[in-house]
Amino acid sequence: MPGHWSYIALALYMCSLGLYVRFLYTGRRLTGQLAAAFLAVGLLGHYLALLERSHWVHSVPYDDLYGSLSLFGWLLAATYLGLELYYHQRSMGAFVVPCVLALFAIGTWSGPDLSATRQEQGTMFALHVTLSVLAYAAFALAFVLSAVYLLQHRYLRRRRPGLGLWRFPPLEGLERMSRGSVRVGMVSLIAGTVLGILWQWRMQHRFLFTDPKVLVTLAILVLYWLYLRLSLRGGWRGPRASLVCVLTFLVVLFSYAVVNVYLSQFHRYL
Amino acid sequence: MQIVLIGLNHRTAPLELRECAAFSPDQAQRATAELRERCAIEEVVVLSTCNRSELYGVRSDPEPSGGALERFLADFHGISWEQLNGCLYFHRDVDAVDHLFRVAAGLDSMLLGEAEILGQVREAYRRASDWGSTGAVLNRLFQGAIEAGRRVRAETELGTRPMSAASAGVKLAERVFGDLEGHSALVVGAGEAAQQAVEQLRQRGIRKLSITSRRREHAAALAERAGAACVEWSEFPIVMFQSDIVVASVSSEQPVISAEMLSRALAERQNRSIFLLDLGVPRNIEPSSAGLYNLYLYDLDDLTEIVEQNRRAREREIPRAEAIIAAHISKFEAWRAGRSARDLVEDLRVRLDQRRRSILDAHAAAFAHLGPEERAQIDQLTAQLVDELLRQPVDRLRHARTWRQRVQNMETLRHLFGLDGEDDHGEDNHHGG
Repeated sequence: MPGHWSYIALALYMCSLGLYVRFLYTGRRLTGQLAAAFLAVGLLGHYLALLERSHWVHSVPYDDLYGSLSLFGWLLAATYLGLELYYHQRSMGAFVVPCVLALFAIGTWSGPDLSATRQEQGTMFALHVTLSVLAYAAFALAFVLSAVYLLQHRYLRRRRPGLGLWRFPPLEGLERMSRGSVRVGMVSLIAGTVLGILWQWRMQHRFLFTDPKVLVTLAILVLYWLYLRLSLRGGWRGPRASLVCVLTFLVVLFSYAVVNVYLSQFHRYL
Repeated sequence: MQIVLIGLNHRTAPLELRECAAFSPDQAQRATAELRERCAIEEVVVLSTCNRSELYGVRSDPEPSGGALERFLADFHGISWEQLNGCLYFHRDVDAVDHLFRVAAGLDSMLLGEAEILGQVREAYRRASDWGSTGAVLNRLFQGAIEAGRRVRAETELGTRPMSAASAGVKLAERVFGDLEGHSALVVGAGEAAQQAVEQLRQRGIRKLSITSRRREHAAALAERAGAACVEWSEFPIVMFQSDIVVASVSSEQPVISAEMLSRALAERQNRSIFLLDLGVPRNIEPSSAGLYNLYLYDLDDLTEIVEQNRRAREREIPRAEAIIAAHISKFEAWRAGRSARDLVEDLRVRLDQRRRSILDAHAAAFAHLGPEERAQIDQLTAQLVDELLRQPVDRLRHARTWRQRVQNMETLRHLFGLDGEDDHGEDNHHGG
């Protein structure tokens, strides 16, 4: 049963989304600042909602699919806010916050997975999950940025810029932000995976290197490394590299929604 | 207190007349001093640009027409009345305020929404302020107009959409590269279109700029003016490899930049984006180049269509801009009404007190038998009576719901109490005991 912080966070995120959309339309600085402020406060409300969930399920809030979706949304919002402050670019908020809202809503208003095994967890596990979900959030952000890059590139190539184009970040800016987000994601994923391996070894004194989860994670790291290389040199610079980033995120989604749920032997939510 | 405006602009006067009626900074200072002296104008701001010359003033004694100002303008510039007749416009009070706000917002400009006018309004106000020719009213008016202009630019699309082919092209380049400061550009050609492109590129912050032309001396002259590097015509393909933006504007029957050249340039650049503007007629860049990877090519047709799109987008923003202006005008008028109301109440008190004293003096004989204390009491009582009679009208004046209602109430009060300068028949036929 979602607590009152869930409803507060939802309202704050919706206000933030409305303001980001309005900012995209008007370009008014105050509107953009308010949008970011509502997002920041929404993050706080979401954090308290996660604590409420934790209290409700008598466990960490992310040890099932729904909880981890909610955490995914929280980290996506946090990563985006950091990126926005670093690059001084607000126009992507109108595209990112709907994803945050959707993840938060699904994660909160879908019931907890009661069949999930309650394993002994500890700090290492908590860090593993947090860093891994942070990685997914960073990759999701890179996906949005690359998708907008491809859209804008397409309009520019067709020589029909359209009325909304003037508000988006420039192509080079989108590329830089996407690469930055992927770097954050890769570092988090590597750290999270190492912690996961160590935790698994401590619990079971074994580790399945051939598990689908491990293989897909490796594939993701390789693909994103390839993206970073391609986006900085050679014939794949620009839209082709952005396409690699977009397609690689589909692999991330596959890892999150299919491998975690159905394929992995030890890394399942079910 | 009346705000007045007299002027001419690109809509009302031909260029030759506008040139004659323009004010240089020195002339503006001289005109300001003369206006204050000759026309009893207390506050003055002179706004003079290539498309308009306007005089804004505040005077205590309202004048129904701008006759004195018109004569001043004609005399100052040595222009005959026949030339000026029909080319001048004269506005007072809220119409003058509305006009200034529209000018500052770019709604009255030849190029709708152009940004330069706001800076010109700001500069005209700054000069007048330095000369000490502004006071409370014009300070508030111009500050409000500048704020309204700034808001219109920030909150509407009026200021964001480029309205010339060169500016549209450079703005598109910013969609690819963002801030142009760290990027490089090559301009092929030195004609008028190329010059506009150079100006736009510099305005948008490009640092590394190269110019080439078949006629070296033209390229060198333009490069010197623009602080750019001059490149030999034979070497420009090499420079093109290093340029993120290439603008081509030469007179040539055949394209001067081929798809093959651009393909080599992209290979040299390791496929870093390249943005091309073809401002030539016939086209200077092979159209098939548009298919090359990571290359963006815009010709004049594309840019003209974008400019037309932008013009329509700007026009759609007019209602929003007018709403912003209306809000600022209301704010200014409310302030002015409040200020006028204070002056009116004070005038009214003074007038009624004068009447009170004259009545008491006229009937002094009737109080002759009273001592100083009783006379003081009567004086105090009559003063309190006047205050009490004024209390409700003043209260209603202050708490009017809108500034328009307040202005209307003030005008009514002025008229009823004879403060509007009209003939006051039967003033001595006061009724009473």
